[in-house]
Amino acid sequence: MRGRSARAIPPWRTALRWVLARVGGALLVVWLVATIVFFALRSSGDPLEAILGGPGSQAGPEAVEAARREYGLDQPLVVQYLLQLWRVATLQLGDSYARRQPVADLIAEQLPGTLLLAALALAAAWALAVTGAIVSTSARGRIGAIVNATLRGIEIVATVMPGFWLGAVLILVFATSLGWFPATSQGSHPAGLVLPVLTLAVPIAGFLAQVSRDALLEADAAPFAVTARARGAGEPRVLLRHTLRHASLPALALSGWAFGNLLSGAVVVEVLFARPGLGRLLQDGALSRDVPLVIGAVTVVAVLYVAVVVLTDVVELFVDPRLRGPRPAALRAPDVAVGS
Amino acid sequence: MTALAPHGIAVRGLSVALPGAGAVLRDVSLRVAPGECLAVVGESGAGKSVLARTLLGLTQDVPGARVTAAELAVAGHDLRRLGRRGRRGMRGRDVALVLQDALQSLDPLRTIEAEVGETLAIRRVPRAERRGRVIAALREAGLPDADGLLGHRSAELSGGMRQRALIAGAIVGGAGVLIADEPTTALDATTAVRALELLGRLRDEGRALVLISHDLRAVARVADRVAVLDAGRVVEEGATADVLDAPRHAVTRALLAAVPSGPKPGGRVLAPDAPPLLAAREVTRRYRNVTAVDRASVTIGRGEVLGIVGESGSGKSTLARLLIGAERPDDGEVRRTAACVRLVPQDPLGAFDPRHTVERILRLSRRGDAPSPAALLEQVGLEPALLSRRPATLSGGQRQRVAIARALAAGPDVLVCDEPVSALDVTTQAGILALLRRLQRERGLAMVFISHDLAVVRNVSDRVAVMRDGRIVETGPTEEVYASPVDPFTAELIAAGS
Amino acid sequence: MIRRLGVSGAIALAALAVLLLAIAWPGLVAPGDPLAISPAEGFRPPSAAHPFGTDESGRDILTRIVHGASASAGIGLAATALGIGLGLVLGFAAGLGPAWLDAALGRIIEVLFALPTLVMALLLVAVLGAGAGSSILAIGLATAPGYARILRSRVRGVARSDYVGYARLEGDGPLTLFRRHIAPNTLWPLVSTATLGIGQAIVWVSALSFLGLGSPPPSPEWGAMLNAGRVYISTGWWMTVFPGLAIVVTAVVLTVLGRRLAGAGR
Repeated sequence: MRGRSARAIPPWRTALRWVLARVGGALLVVWLVATIVFFALRSSGDPLEAILGGPGSQAGPEAVEAARREYGLDQPLVVQYLLQLWRVATLQLGDSYARRQPVADLIAEQLPGTLLLAALALAAAWALAVTGAIVSTSARGRIGAIVNATLRGIEIVATVMPGFWLGAVLILVFATSLGWFPATSQGSHPAGLVLPVLTLAVPIAGFLAQVSRDALLEADAAPFAVTARARGAGEPRVLLRHTLRHASLPALALSGWAFGNLLSGAVVVEVLFARPGLGRLLQDGALSRDVPLVIGAVTVVAVLYVAVVVLTDVVELFVDPRLRGPRPAALRAPDVAVGS
Repeated sequence: MTALAPHGIAVRGLSVALPGAGAVLRDVSLRVAPGECLAVVGESGAGKSVLARTLLGLTQDVPGARVTAAELAVAGHDLRRLGRRGRRGMRGRDVALVLQDALQSLDPLRTIEAEVGETLAIRRVPRAERRGRVIAALREAGLPDADGLLGHRSAELSGGMRQRALIAGAIVGGAGVLIADEPTTALDATTAVRALELLGRLRDEGRALVLISHDLRAVARVADRVAVLDAGRVVEEGATADVLDAPRHAVTRALLAAVPSGPKPGGRVLAPDAPPLLAAREVTRRYRNVTAVDRASVTIGRGEVLGIVGESGSGKSTLARLLIGAERPDDGEVRRTAACVRLVPQDPLGAFDPRHTVERILRLSRRGDAPSPAALLEQVGLEPALLSRRPATLSGGQRQRVAIARALAAGPDVLVCDEPVSALDVTTQAGILALLRRLQRERGLAMVFISHDLAVVRNVSDRVAVMRDGRIVETGPTEEVYASPVDPFTAELIAAGS
Repeated sequence: MIRRLGVSGAIALAALAVLLLAIAWPGLVAPGDPLAISPAEGFRPPSAAHPFGTDESGRDILTRIVHGASASAGIGLAATALGIGLGLVLGFAAGLGPAWLDAALGRIIEVLFALPTLVMALLLVAVLGAGAGSSILAIGLATAPGYARILRSRVRGVARSDYVGYARLEGDGPLTLFRRHIAPNTLWPLVSTATLGIGQAIVWVSALSFLGLGSPPPSPEWGAMLNAGRVYISTGWWMTVFPGLAIVVTAVVLTVLGRRLAGAGR
């Protein structure tokens, strides 16, 4: 709709709005996590019991006193809530009374291992997804139809495949029977990373592949692809300079969510492959009802997630210039008469 | 085989069969000399686009496609003998394609410079030389501020500028043969005229031009010769004036007859001094910082048809929504002395509940003692068998008729039609317009007819209002306005539409 | 309707029928006691007598899998019902309510949806304690934002559609609009979403059991069987592979069915 528009929006305004939107989103996440934690703690009766490590914990009187003070349990509810918000916002993660260690230390120790796993898995998932998408568009005609159907089937199975089963099967085949890779591992020794990364990457790869393939097929049939071919572009050029970029957009938009999924999957994978990491820590904490530990870990996961989303947004800005916002109105001038 | 000058097209006995579609082109023959423009016209599905792509050698790349011809020479190349590589080599350099809807025909993620210069980049022309040739091509296509455009992307340009950039991308390689596939379909009337003038000029400079279109009026402006395609065959061919003035084949005659032209047949239905049923007085509607409708005033009296004409973005649809009461004006008022106003929408598919059958749709819209759904369908020329179908399974023309039937089900006094025929084929269009005229005559219905197509509006309306940028710049009895427009914009519109 | 499901959909439907039979009448499919211990028969590989082998206490794995169907599927179904119920409330409130509510709920739903499901579930289980009941609650609450997101988008689309606008212009009141247009167009597509969701929920529930936080032993729930068998993976692979296979097959069947339903409904 043209109508008559007012003055153009300067680019710095657009950039400011983008930054504010991101910051607002991050704050919202923090607030939500704090609120969920607040209610979770008070949902099953005495929060003190939960903080100290569940029923059956043998916390001494000094621990009880410390907990009471730290969480402000003798203050009115509103004050407790604000205190909770403050603690989450400043990443004060408190102490795990069950383990008698600060939560922050515990997490800092285990975080790098999980991050390594997640980053490698995301890269692997992307590689698998893009390869799958390219293969299905390159194969044409009747062979193409068969290839496409097969890939679609693989993708469905990959998407629903539980990590604990895929990992177990991989261990059975590659570790126990063939002995190529170890069944358990830790640290960044490459051989020990292959199976865990693969287990983690497959479900995400399935999902990203579906999305990329649909986008690639759509881009391949779009008018701009026809125009490119009409200019004499060969298939490699059409793919590399035109359609791949379009096809990567939806997968890129999903990468933030995919990362969150990876962190979920990491819990299972670390338990299965007996790798130390944030996931194992979370499971331990849940099993032993070590609530401060679990809360701390969940908070860290939330923060990580927000960071990854912001990162993907920045990358998206590079890949899709249309997101950078409208340019000055000068170019929207009406058509100029030719040769008259 | 007659030797043609290097830039030209010689086709004889071309037949194309595509997997899943069967024979798409049958025994097609045509010739285009350099400096000549041949228009290929026909209904959608006649095979026009396949013809374009075959001349470019693109159809031959589709797996399972069969292309046979006694002669198939384009720009000096015998396409029957060329392999994949050869065909790719000639594209962009000797033959070039211009598509419609440049918003999607130019890669929206790449800059204008990259897109227009792609032919050169493929042939490894060095960067500095490429840039110079791109700027020259853009200027030749009528964009004097070429340097400023290079870094922008297609979405940042207006429709007309985009089409010029697309054309620049086609001529930058020095192609002697240009194939334009519906180049003006997505453009406003005035912009389309200028694009056609550009194509005409390129033809005058010695290129062979094939213009594919379903718009016969556009064709008449530029083409030297016309070939009519129907179900894959050329049914008539000749000089433009001959074909358009004295068509011989039934298909050609049907195409020409379907093009709306001339004044409303039958003239006014009722006397012009009936009291107004629907009046908008100085209505204004704003969205954020855009004024969609700016102090517009219209009146519709009993039994008369008011046409509202304007280009895209002029505010026509917003005015329609204000008239039916879907939105409230920010200033001014809409007075409805008519009991019942109904809308025939632009996109009937979206206006139907996807889960309802035609029967249920009509039944739910009935008010008072309206006729039964079957009777309603009959009034709009459809069979009662369609009652059990869902709108998504109907053709575009059938859906529009159901939309009209639904509007009639309430027994309206005023019918507001928002671009009711814009998405339809020329022949289907003619049928709907005839239906609307008949209904208006039989019931003395008042109508507001909104369209960007002047000829269509002229064919239906007693009075006309011309809109531009939210304002009504001229109103009056249709024939008077068309014969002697007062406002310069109106004059431009009328010149573009004829 | 059956015709529109296609070959894969028909196969999936048949498999689903077998599953439903296993849930409703396990004794018919696999006679025998899933809890009967027979230590002498422990660690037997797959054979004619025990097609899926036996576990560490000599219990027949095939029997346990069939009898565990109701546990796994039942918990998955309950969790999905909870998630969809909550999602409906949030989705309708956001989609049909005032603009400010839509904006606020919209943001909250987006953020909640993004937080990893299992992580959220672990938080809830840490607080509530392990067990089948808390699994249902945890997965239900963790998946609710996902359903809310889909439903909100759907409701918004329908409420702002041209056909609802047209009906409103013709004078239909809000209740009529809801009854005639909004509800049918929102709820029917939910069938396919729910089918997909139950498959996912079963996987999540099994994951919780695998981590030791779900149904306690000796329940034949599939995830718990996986957890128990994991320790013996080098000596008794059948104790891990077959229960896992049951989970995968069920999830795939439900996913394929869910997608076919979505396609058929269009």
